[in-house]
Amino acid sequence: MTASLTHLQRLEAESIHILREVVAETEKPVMLYSIGKDSAVMLHLARKAFYPAPPPFPLLHVDTTWKFKAMYELRDRAARDAGMELLVYQNPEAKERGINPFDHGSLHTDMWKTEGLKQALDLYGFDAAFGGARRDEEKSRAKERIFSFRSANHRWDPKNQRPELWRLYNAKKAKGESIRVFPISNWTELDIWQYIHLENIEIVPLYFAAPRPTVERDGLILMVDDDRFRLKPGETPVERSIRFRTLGCYPLTGAVESAAKTLPEVIQEMLLTTTSERQGRAIDHDQAASMEKKKQEGYF
Amino acid sequence: MAGPSSYEADALIAEDIDAYLDRHQHKSLLRFITCGSVDDGKSTLIGRLLYDSKMIFEDQLAALEADSKRVGTQGQNIDFALLVDGLAAEREQGITIDVAYRFFATDRRKFIVADTPGHEQYTRNMVTGASTADLAVILVDARKGVLTQTRRHSYLCHLLGIRNIVLAVNKMDLVNYDQATFDRIRLAYSAFAQSIGITRFTPIPISGFVGDNITAKSEHTPWYHGDTLMEVLETIEIDADADRAKPFRLPVQWVNRPNLDFRGFSGLVAGGTVHPGDAVRILPSGKTTTVARVVTFDGDLEEGVAGQSVTLTLADEVDCSRGDVIAAAGDPPQVADQFEATIVWMADEEMLPGRSYWLKLGTQTVTANVQQPKYQINVNTMEHIAAKTLELNAIGVANLSTDRPLVFEPYEANRDLGGFILIDKFTNATVAAGMIHFALRRAQNVHWQASDVTREARAALMRQKPAVLWFTGLSGAGKSTIANLVEKKLARMNRHTFLLDGDNVRHGLNRDLGFTDADRVENIRRVGEVAKLMTDAGLIVITAFISPFRAEREMVRQMLPHGEFIEIFIDTPLAEAEKRDVKGLYAKARSGQLKNFTGIDSPYEPPVDAEIRIDTTKLSPDEGADRIVEYLLDR
Repeated sequence: MTASLTHLQRLEAESIHILREVVAETEKPVMLYSIGKDSAVMLHLARKAFYPAPPPFPLLHVDTTWKFKAMYELRDRAARDAGMELLVYQNPEAKERGINPFDHGSLHTDMWKTEGLKQALDLYGFDAAFGGARRDEEKSRAKERIFSFRSANHRWDPKNQRPELWRLYNAKKAKGESIRVFPISNWTELDIWQYIHLENIEIVPLYFAAPRPTVERDGLILMVDDDRFRLKPGETPVERSIRFRTLGCYPLTGAVESAAKTLPEVIQEMLLTTTSERQGRAIDHDQAASMEKKKQEGYF
Repeated sequence: MAGPSSYEADALIAEDIDAYLDRHQHKSLLRFITCGSVDDGKSTLIGRLLYDSKMIFEDQLAALEADSKRVGTQGQNIDFALLVDGLAAEREQGITIDVAYRFFATDRRKFIVADTPGHEQYTRNMVTGASTADLAVILVDARKGVLTQTRRHSYLCHLLGIRNIVLAVNKMDLVNYDQATFDRIRLAYSAFAQSIGITRFTPIPISGFVGDNITAKSEHTPWYHGDTLMEVLETIEIDADADRAKPFRLPVQWVNRPNLDFRGFSGLVAGGTVHPGDAVRILPSGKTTTVARVVTFDGDLEEGVAGQSVTLTLADEVDCSRGDVIAAAGDPPQVADQFEATIVWMADEEMLPGRSYWLKLGTQTVTANVQQPKYQINVNTMEHIAAKTLELNAIGVANLSTDRPLVFEPYEANRDLGGFILIDKFTNATVAAGMIHFALRRAQNVHWQASDVTREARAALMRQKPAVLWFTGLSGAGKSTIANLVEKKLARMNRHTFLLDGDNVRHGLNRDLGFTDADRVENIRRVGEVAKLMTDAGLIVITAFISPFRAEREMVRQMLPHGEFIEIFIDTPLAEAEKRDVKGLYAKARSGQLKNFTGIDSPYEPPVDAEIRIDTTKLSPDEGADRIVEYLLDR
């Protein structure tokens, strides 16, 4: 008998099964695409699940207009390569009010991402949305279901989630309700990196170290991506060899100093200098149990 | 005890990352469940496994050390339990937690641990976690030995088909590593295990707190010659590997049809292996063909194996769609529509025998009715007890029937084709999990007898279109009064009718039924079947039952040909019905002499879109009856 399936093959098979199940049982699914490494893996899995057909749903980028330039470049190419329609949604109210991460703090996330996502889902009438969240990201996600149900106004009701047994997912829902589906729930950060390495998946170059203009602020190293970045009095960009472990809106995402220019080196560094992944994101430090709260409000 | 100072990453990571990655790409995956209550040291054990596998980040470690000193229960030592907590706080917030999943890895395997917290909801939680587990670690406190809950956990693991059971006798440090204590527990467990059909298990003396026999053999237990817990976890056979030896099964999830030249059938292989050229049978149709290709994004495969997601193309153009199963032609699964199954009830609302639920098994979704349980199982004593229904966390054995034939296998032969969930048709909640034992012989042997005189012919003789005029409304709403008037008016027009009255039926056909929710459901099911037979005979059937639940009215609607079920809502407000109180029943209900009275202490679910609504505060009984007759004749 041939060897056991490897853990990555098993995870891949499970994710593909979930992707297909949603396409078979919902009316109008969409994949939320955030351009990060988890999204890259999820998109790759979608291409595998429906091959030789292209994935039978569009990609949706809920844009904040504050992503790194390199992310926008990869976004458009990745959609094209997968043969998928790319929908980009920007909350018009946030746009009009000029909401930005410098002046508005967590309102920036609320308006662009939380509100933007709800508006986009309502606008297009999607009843299922794939997201790239993983259970190992933090303690509170360990018990998250793979199919997470939302009321017609996108509230997450933690008291009303369904048990998931075997490989059976109950996708029944009333009109107006929707499901968030997390196909890579059981992947760890190391699994993601190994898979990217093994499958040669293209990711944003910002994950690799390079000399980049930076400033240090509130203990985070921030990259000065372009003239959208507002320098405070006394701040002068300094060139540092940095990379990102996680990619959000650029002034909210801290970089780490690094010399890791290749994927194996990135993995090596991750395994050796270990701070957990979400630490680089300012959003989590807002308040205790903030992810839980944001989830109830409809942030992914 | 391993302290933070020894917390170092694998040397190979720094020396040769490529070699390290290569080694880790060949790991297999084991899923297991840990069973035990808070006091058994479950969280400490899981925390210890995470810690020893060096999967904890520095910031988490720093937080852990700080928390251990602040709130930990282990003095200055690290409290491993804090690594996996967070659940207590969530419980306080009222969040339903069925299972938390934890991840760690060694050089040989990646592990997914299903951690099921707490005492309440334990059956439901454990069953969920056990459904995907290859192995169960049953924790026993060495000071306490085999307890009722040890038996319950073991029974549930066995019920869910977990083949590998580790009996982890924990807290050995607190009994001075006494061999006699360990042996006594091992023997007591062995006797119990055999009695419920567990044929083998692996007993290990451990201490999650100290770290004995977790990853390294403990010097404290020189008398123990078996494997450490980690050695067992790393070497035990994985179910997906064992599943390859089974006959081939592919439940079809999705038909892949990007263009006219390609028609593929996608799914996850639920058993066996598949190769191009293999003869396969498509069920339930029974058609046979051969496999042309095993298609994946990474190129065609010579062999697809259990646990893989693949897409098959077939040599012939045969009908095949979602819900069908492609199987080994010479050894196909069974097809039936009546089964005996073990059912685990998971919802607050009790099971209602006779009610229609969605049943999802593999990729098939059908309508199913569960009969009254044959018995319920006391999960603490394994005794069989009589039951009329199943409540939250109850486990019972019952027969069920489906509206279409299901492709299935007994659960013990194949989890994917033998395990199912039941879904409430109105709330869409997952209300139960089930495991099929076998198909009932009568499903195979009782066939529909086709009669030569058809229902159309009988109706034509009566010169009418059969129908069921289904009256629903509160007690005292005026259902029987108006129904009587309708029948009189129809009789005058030479229509052939029959009035089924709620009270009258309860004197005969349904005299064994009471007024519990379960009995109300069965009452309506029987009336529905009788009404259906009468429409087959060509009659216009008039029924006057409170029929308080939407689900049952919908069930009867589904039994009949489209358009023959006419729902009539006799809309009388509760206050008005109570004021009239023709039979004096409301007074009795209010005084507590009458239990389960609709509108008082039993719910009434008004129709959402009934064909006819009669507002008795605006229309007289005669006007109401006229409106109904008019509707009937106009159709």
